[in-house]
Amino acid sequence: MLKVNDINVYYDAIHAVKEVSLEVNEGEIVTLIGANGAGKSTILQTISGLLRSRTGGISFMDENIGAMAPHKIVERGLAQVPEGRRVFLRMTVKENLEMGAYTQKASGVPDDLERAYALFPRLAERRKQVAGTLSGGEQQMLAMGRALMSHPKLLMLDEPSMGLAPILVEQIFSTITEMNREGTTILLVEQNAQMALSVASRAYVLETGHIVMQGDAHELAGNEDVKKAYLGG
Amino acid sequence: MSFLSHLISGISLGSIYAIIALGYTMVYGIAKMLNFAHGDVIMVGAYACFFIASRYELPVVLGVLVAMLVCTLLGVIIERLAYKPLRSASSLAVLITAIGMSYFLQNAAQLMWTSNPKVFRSVVGDKSLKLFGGQLSISAIAIVTVATCIVIMLGLTWFTGRTKMGKAMRACSEDKGAAQLMGINVNATISMTFAIGSALAAIAGVLLCSMYPTLMPTTGSMPGIKAFTAAVFGGIGSIPGAMLGGILLGIIEIFGKAYVSTQLSDAIVFVVLIVILLVKPAGLLGKQVQEKV
Repeated sequence: MLKVNDINVYYDAIHAVKEVSLEVNEGEIVTLIGANGAGKSTILQTISGLLRSRTGGISFMDENIGAMAPHKIVERGLAQVPEGRRVFLRMTVKENLEMGAYTQKASGVPDDLERAYALFPRLAERRKQVAGTLSGGEQQMLAMGRALMSHPKLLMLDEPSMGLAPILVEQIFSTITEMNREGTTILLVEQNAQMALSVASRAYVLETGHIVMQGDAHELAGNEDVKKAYLGG
Repeated sequence: MSFLSHLISGISLGSIYAIIALGYTMVYGIAKMLNFAHGDVIMVGAYACFFIASRYELPVVLGVLVAMLVCTLLGVIIERLAYKPLRSASSLAVLITAIGMSYFLQNAAQLMWTSNPKVFRSVVGDKSLKLFGGQLSISAIAIVTVATCIVIMLGLTWFTGRTKMGKAMRACSEDKGAAQLMGINVNATISMTFAIGSALAAIAGVLLCSMYPTLMPTTGSMPGIKAFTAAVFGGIGSIPGAMLGGILLGIIEIFGKAYVSTQLSDAIVFVVLIVILLVKPAGLLGKQVQEKV
């Protein structure tokens, strides 16, 4: 479904992502784990078209999206929940969700809003509130609900557990598996490797811009090196 | 009675500042740049209306529509040619470009239309409304200006609060990256903002020259700076702030002229601005959202 082939991404002179190739197949949950600054978010931003790779290519549903404008990529069915959630703080919960449906026909939006509220009842209670007044967990739910409004075929999530209490992390991850069961393919970027490996089918391990390991998520969770570096023992 | 009449002229002058300030504040909100050429777009709009309505004596409505069309195109072209290539440049480079664009427009106008002042014929004539047995007279242009300003304010509130495009504009002004991830075409949204701001500038130009009928290539310059001040005064980036800032600025200016000194009225305006910014650095209705991390 998504094929990233040999991309190199630079921030001016800094070589942030080095010859990265990865693949996500339809129906999978794939996770990309690695330490802070390894280049995980850079990869997602490049896939979404916010950054450009100097080499290689990115294809989604057999279409080259490497040079496509970000809004066109969303239209193709590839959405992202960005790092730090980035909800529109001065807009209401409902308006945030409506922005998520920007690429959709207006006629379907009321039903999709109900679906988002059903998935996250907390958002329904706060639909008229400005997003800046929500807690971190609620903002994460809003960011996820907002991304789902575009009916993505592939949803990329960047550190959805960041800064959340353990109980909320559980909830967010169970929502992710729920979304996947309903047919959304997931590419999950996480520092919380343990949680990520527990829900994913396959995983890539990223270190200073390189992919250093890849394979079955359960096998990687049992791998001694991965345990030592990312699972605290 | 003279107090009331000064208040009315203040509000109507302020309404013009407010309409211009909206252009500054909307463009700042979305492109995070100060479009110093905005004042000169007003001047171009006024010339367009002058040629249609005063020189060729065609219907005034046509003059206003042509002015709006010309300014909309001009605004979009300026953005495309001068500002878009600098989207990722330093804000100082963009600022200097905007100042350059301002002088370019003034000089181009001078070449095309000479620097001789043109006498602009008011689009509503010189009728006036007499109240209290003739003690208070309100000019037709003052009424039309205030009414236009109210209509624009209501229209923009509806546009940004209710329409998909308007909400997308707010989303872009808050976080362009996130807006792109929603599927919003940010470049198109910025162009649209310039188009709306410039169409408003055309209206402001026509109203301004109907109130003060001398039209020259530098006509837009001072009102442009005052409107920029009004936008900062009200809180740059805020649409209600631009309205409030513009109207207050107009009132302060007219009261300064009437009760203090004609020469010092501009100085008074800026002193008030400085005091407000010392007390409230974000302006009267400025947004200071605490970012959650």
